[in-house]
Parts: sequence; C-alpha cells; structure tokens
Amino acid sequence: MSGRTGAHSVVEPSPLTRRIAGALVICYALIAIVPLLWIFVTGFKTPPDSIAYPPKMMFTPSLEGYVNLFTTRSRQSPEYMASLPPAETWYDRLARSRNMVIAGPSKYGQRFVNSLVVAFGSTILAVSLGTLTAYAFSRFRVPLADDLMFFILSTRMMPPIAVAIPIYLMYRSLGLSDTWLGMILLYTAVNVSLAVWLMKGFIDEIPREYEEAALIDGYTRLQAFYKVVLPQAATGIAATAIFCLIFAWNEYAFAALLTSGNAQTAPPFIPTIIGEGGLDWPAVAAGASLFLLPIVVFTVILRKHLLRGITFGAVRK
Amino acid sequence: MAEVLLDNVTRRFGGIAAVRELSLHIGDGEFVVLLGPTGAGKTTTLRLVAGLERADAGRILIGGHDVTRLEPAARDVAFVFQQYSLYPHLSVFDNLAFPLRSPARRLPEPEVRERVTRTAELLRISSKLDSKATRLSGGEMQRVAIGRALVRQPAIFLMDEPLSSLDAKLRAELRIELKRIHEVLGATILYVTHDQIEAMTMANRIGVLREGELVQIGSAQHIYEEPSNLYVATRLGSPPINLLPAGVLPVPDAPAGTRTIGVRSEHLRIGKANGAAVQGVVTRIEHLGDQNHLHLTVADHRLVTLIEAHADLAVGERVDLALARPLCFDAAGVRLGGS
Repeated sequence: MSGRTGAHSVVEPSPLTRRIAGALVICYALIAIVPLLWIFVTGFKTPPDSIAYPPKMMFTPSLEGYVNLFTTRSRQSPEYMASLPPAETWYDRLARSRNMVIAGPSKYGQRFVNSLVVAFGSTILAVSLGTLTAYAFSRFRVPLADDLMFFILSTRMMPPIAVAIPIYLMYRSLGLSDTWLGMILLYTAVNVSLAVWLMKGFIDEIPREYEEAALIDGYTRLQAFYKVVLPQAATGIAATAIFCLIFAWNEYAFAALLTSGNAQTAPPFIPTIIGEGGLDWPAVAAGASLFLLPIVVFTVILRKHLLRGITFGAVRK
Repeated sequence: MAEVLLDNVTRRFGGIAAVRELSLHIGDGEFVVLLGPTGAGKTTTLRLVAGLERADAGRILIGGHDVTRLEPAARDVAFVFQQYSLYPHLSVFDNLAFPLRSPARRLPEPEVRERVTRTAELLRISSKLDSKATRLSGGEMQRVAIGRALVRQPAIFLMDEPLSSLDAKLRAELRIELKRIHEVLGATILYVTHDQIEAMTMANRIGVLREGELVQIGSAQHIYEEPSNLYVATRLGSPPINLLPAGVLPVPDAPAGTRTIGVRSEHLRIGKANGAAVQGVVTRIEHLGDQNHLHLTVADHRLVTLIEAHADLAVGERVDLALARPLCFDAAGVRLGGS
C-alpha cells in the first residue's frame, strides 16, 4: 500500500462518507419519527393537556385516552355519583374522577378485528394469486405474455379511488357493501398487480435448474414448485406481503365509502372518536398508536426474509 | 443400472436442429463421454435422455423400455448439473435425501438415513451432513450434487460438465473419484464435457459431437489414433495436432489424394541439423517443467510439438525434421488410409 494519506479502497466507503451517510440517515429518522412520537405521547395525555397551547412537553401521564378509546361513558350528576358503591377497578376510578360512569365497551376492538381480517385476508389472497401468476409467466410460454403483463400493470395506472362510484354501485347491487368479503376482494384486486410484478422479478431470479433437478428427483411440477420454488421465493413473498399489508391496513377512502356498521375498518373509525365538546384527541392518538402495532410486529417477524442474501452462495454463476 | 439407446433422435429449437438424427448405444455399466465444443448439442442430448427436453423425432429407450414420452420423474435417471445443483434452503443431508423422499420413491426414513450415510462416506462428506448447502466449498458442493445422484441407484447417471466450475486440483481429484465410483458401483454413465483430459481418462468410449451430429465414437485410444476426420483429430491432443498442407514435409507412402497432413508430437522426428531434406527453425521454447513445447517454423508453417525438458536446443537453431506415420486427410477433411 502507498503511504499517501487518505488512500482508501474504491469500493469501501471512506470514514467521511460514512459519517455523512450516517448523519443523513439520523436526520431522516428524526423527521420521520417525530409525528409518530407525537401521536404516541398524546395518547398518554389528559384531554386538557392534549389541546393546551403552547403544547405541553412535560405532563403527568394518564391512561385516560386508552380508557376512553375502549369504553363508552355517560356523565352523571354528583348526587348519583355519590350514591354509587366504591369503584372496583382503576379504569372505573379514572372515569369517575371526571364524573362519568363506564356504560360499556366501545366499537374500537371490533373495528380493529375488521382491519385484521380484511388486511391479512386480502394480503394472503393477493400474494397467493400473485405468486402463482408470476410463476406461470416466468416459466411457461404464455401467449402474449408481455401484453398481459402490461395489462396487469395498467390496472394500477389510475388511482383506485377514481372508480369509487362504479364500485360503490356494483357493491351495493351485489350485496358486498359493508362486508368482510367485499373489502377483501377489493383490496386483493388493487394489490394483485403489484404482487404479480414483484413476484415475477423474484421468481425469474430462481434458476430453473432447481426445479429440473426436482423433476428428475421424482417430483411433479406442482410438488417441485411447492418444495423448491416457494422456499426460495420466501424473501420475495415476505417483501410482497408487507407491501400488500401496508396498503390494505392503511386504506382509508374505500373503507370510509363502503363500510359503516359491520365491516368498518379502523382507519375511518379512529378519527370519529368523539368526546365531550369535540374530538377526544388522547383517545384518537391511543387508537392510532395501537393501530401501528400489527404492521410493526409483522415487519419485525419477516425482517430476516427482507434482508436479501439468504440464498447467496448456493448460486454458482 | 441399465443400457440406454438413442435411436435417430432429433431436437430442434426454432428452425435449428440442436441434435440431429443422433443414434447412440450406451451399454450397461459403460462410461460414455460426449465431447464437443459449446453448442455441439452435448447438453441437449443429456436433457433429452433425462426428459427435460422432448424429442421431435426418434426414440429413447432405457433398459429396453421406450421412455420417449415419459416425464422425467418416471424415467429413473439421475442428473448432475454443471451449476445450481444444490437446494440452498436444505442441509446437505436433506439435499441427499431429497430424491429418496420424493413421491415417486418415498423410502422409509431409516433406509433414507442409511443410504445417505453410505453415500456420504463414499464421497467423503460425512462430516458435512448437517451443514447448510450454502456453507460448502465448490468441491464439496459438487460432491453433494454427485451424491444426490448416487443415493438413487438410477438406470443411468447423466452428468453435464460436473467438474467445469472447479479448480484444476479439485478437478483432478474428483475425476479419479468419479472413475472409482463407476468401478465400484458398475454404474452406467453418460458424461458431457469439452475437456479432453476428462474424456480421455474416464471414458470407456468417447463420442465426438459436431453441430448436433455424432461424428465418431470409440475408445479414447481409437479416437486419438484413428480419427475419422480433421474435426475429430483437432478435438484431442495437447498441444493440438499440427495441420500442414501436403508437401511441406515428405510423407513416405502417403495415400493418393492427401491434401492435409496431421502431425502430432509422436509423428515428428527432430534431430540436430545434419543436412536432411527438410529443416525447421526453432522460434520459441516454452518450459512446462517436466516437458517443453517447441515452436518451429517450416517453410512459413508453424509447428508446436512436445520435447523433453532438457533437450539441447536453442531458439534460432536449425533442426532436421522427418515424419513417421502421420495422419493424412483428403480435400474434404476425411482421413485416408485409416484402419
């Protein structure tokens, strides 16, 4: 090596570029994380603290937002409050401190379950269909394959909400409005083109030799697909599933339009949590915080697969 | 193990015949090597036998049964690929067990375990059975790939340049290993390569392919000493055979119609300049250690030949040249006067 100062490998980043890259990443992370932090913190404020101006940085944390999120309450006269037996639980006590009694559970739990069913249902369906379709396009001679692939992509070229009115009318006449099935089918239809294109890329990269080896080893094509292709497409399936899930989980416009009583998902429900004299901001914030959890958990579970490279080394080119 | 017969097999891709009316008989327990450059149809021939390609014409028989229309799984063949051979998501043990656990066989698990263990010992990879397939070195990977064929005891082993991605030392080792396995198991093997050393050292018979056609087939010695034409003659030999127009060097009793003379090292007699009819000039000496390559010029034609390492010759020196029983070819490249 030469003794020149600052000499470094052309492929390895220099310490300076590393530091700049690190600083940029930290800046971006801070900008991205502040709104999340704000929502999370607001969930632990009392309603007066949550709307205080200037915003309170230091406050006494309270679980009132979470209690309000999961319950419905009614205001009672001081005489009635005094006549009640002592409160048995911490959340009863919290409600009574505001001269309220808990009347029953709120709809949040049910809306959350709707979100889970619709988002995971449509994700499973979109990824399954997408993987099978992509495999067919990748391995078999499909007539007009390029045109068909373009057609599949073209379904994503306009914003889905542009067809909201026809879908609304169609769903009403088919009885799919405000049902799990309707929402699962709708989100699947939106996601399947993305799934086909993503999976096509991943499956194209899996060498055919693996399947051919399996065919010769005594497996049928379907068994070879199941035993050899799927495990190696795991990375792609995980990535595709996360994209589909995030879309279905966050989707607001169609959910607001097509669901109300039965199948309403969490996104259109959360902003409608009303307290006394307007929106109950701590409850809204608490609902939004909890709403983030499934995506975080799902991503953490699949993160091993998201890192490309688990199959590196087996492929000898 | 079984004999395999290809009967006038043709396979076209688009308009081009990758394999043309190929007929080949591989005897039970025979090791046949197909030799030829890239694009000669070697791999296609293997894939036709395996069932990964369908013949457009002709028949393929394995053990007397017509398998031309059968799926690969039903043919009872084993294939060692040039690359991508191991399932990366499985351990070495599971890779070796994969064919035994297939729906076509579904052996009981104790027998799977026993066969895998035995094969691993044969290939000396017992210590690697629990490793991920991706954690192996190139030589170990290829051994496992060969092992995956060996566990099955199939009718025929099809090997598509299995050693080409290995370094020279490993290649030499595995060459001997393969030959040993062939002898121990009495396996029928159809092996494809463009490496003449692999062909010469392992084959019972070598088949030389050109543009989808089988040009000549015979023992290594036969193909080397009695090539049927120029193409076959240039396939074997190191340094490659020297081709000279007739008349540059005198050939005693050359057959009539000789246009090209094929000169290998053993056909050339080199002596100190002593007034012979034809003389050459030494232009270069390449030292290979145990032997040297001697480059000569004879009447504007270049010759490369082997000489012993300590031959007393220098660049620029004139030498006497004479030929002893070289190969003679006619205008069309067909060999004359062959047995």
